[in-house]
Amino acid sequence: MIAIVDYGAGNLNSVKKAFDYLGAEVVVTDQPGTVAAADRIVLPGVGHYSSLQSLNGTGLREALLRGASGGKPFLGICLGMQWLFEGSEECPEVVGGSIFPGRCRQFPSSVKSPHVGWNSLAIRKEARLLRGIAQDSFVYYTHSFHAPFAIEIAAISEYGLPFAGSVERGNIFGVQFHPEKSGDVGLSILNNFCEV
Amino acid sequence: MLTKRIIACLDMDAGRVVKGVRFKNLRDAGDPAECATAHACNGADEIVLLDITATSGSRRTLLDAIRATARSLFVPFTVGGGIRQIDDAAAVFDAGADKIAINSAAVRDPVLIGKIAGRFGSQAVVVAIDARKVDGGFEVFVAGGREPTGRDAIQWAREAAACGAGEILLTSMDRDGTQSGFDCQLVRAVAETVSIPVIASGGAGSARDFIEVFRDARADAALAASIFHFGIEDIAQLKRELYDASVPVRWPC
Repeated sequence: MIAIVDYGAGNLNSVKKAFDYLGAEVVVTDQPGTVAAADRIVLPGVGHYSSLQSLNGTGLREALLRGASGGKPFLGICLGMQWLFEGSEECPEVVGGSIFPGRCRQFPSSVKSPHVGWNSLAIRKEARLLRGIAQDSFVYYTHSFHAPFAIEIAAISEYGLPFAGSVERGNIFGVQFHPEKSGDVGLSILNNFCEV
Repeated sequence: MLTKRIIACLDMDAGRVVKGVRFKNLRDAGDPAECATAHACNGADEIVLLDITATSGSRRTLLDAIRATARSLFVPFTVGGGIRQIDDAAAVFDAGADKIAINSAAVRDPVLIGKIAGRFGSQAVVVAIDARKVDGGFEVFVAGGREPTGRDAIQWAREAAACGAGEILLTSMDRDGTQSGFDCQLVRAVAETVSIPVIASGGAGSARDFIEVFRDARADAALAASIFHFGIEDIAQLKRELYDASVPVRWPC
């Protein structure tokens, strides 16, 4: 079973709908116990970094970190990927999961913000989540902040600068884009997550 | 590289997709869920569903249409029409929309933009502006284009962005349904003023129109309805032509 963590940040229906479409067994939950019992964990989210604060003090943060360190496949989507890092300029007082080093930053002022639309991916060939996805495939983004460059980068997109489109290390995966809104390419990525 | 988006718009009246000319003379163009899926398969980067009836009795029909459409649609899905308060927006998101478009209600109460953005994120709030050329400027109209507001469209776009809008959907009423090309003067004026993406709408008739609005008017996305429904131009063909003209688009997709 896949647990989609509900912490009040945006619309989780579309993520659930995509997994439903793929025939995966999913549950949307705000209960740490349900997260602990799941085989796989998805941390979605859109909007402001401050909404991640709701993970703290509810037992969800601990359940997520335990699941991640315990080897369960873990996928952070958009804000959920940013949570994998230490924090964000968007809301410095909220502490991220700190699984990966560094803080999320705003795009340079030379480009419009937010970064909205379909952008292409340069994929590292050893990326497991993006296995079978063609180089330069397009995925849908909508965000104003981006994760720092880290050795865990699995795919890069460019918008004013090259940034992390996807990160992964072991059982931990993150995508800055929205696979649930990225057509067939996105569905293939979610399907890969069900199988890693 | 970030690509220019081609957005297919479905105007819905009483549960059916329709299309008119200059907001009038409606023609039937099919079932919303079927139209949306067909456009997505054909290369549409996003789908917008606008409920143009927007009377209180039609809300259930709209929510049913959203649910049916969202079930098998895996590209961004925006819904507009008759959203007057945050509860209307919540119902539309709950039914499966990714973004809402607000028009008249935002003009009446700009605070609503920030309220919805505060709860669902700015990326989920599209402010739709219907504008018509008046005395050398562009005036905002509301209530489906029936009521003039006396407000300047460029000023209003700037204010909407400051209130927390994530995108501006800018429709030229003069060009709507005419297939005579986008109003590049209007689009450029707004795109150069706000730092959020601008979706150009009204007047799409040929690939050349799209090339012009992307290159010259700096639109981030362009929306069209009539040309896609009746097979005058299909999205795949349009994208091929844009690609050949070196406009960055999601192609092949």
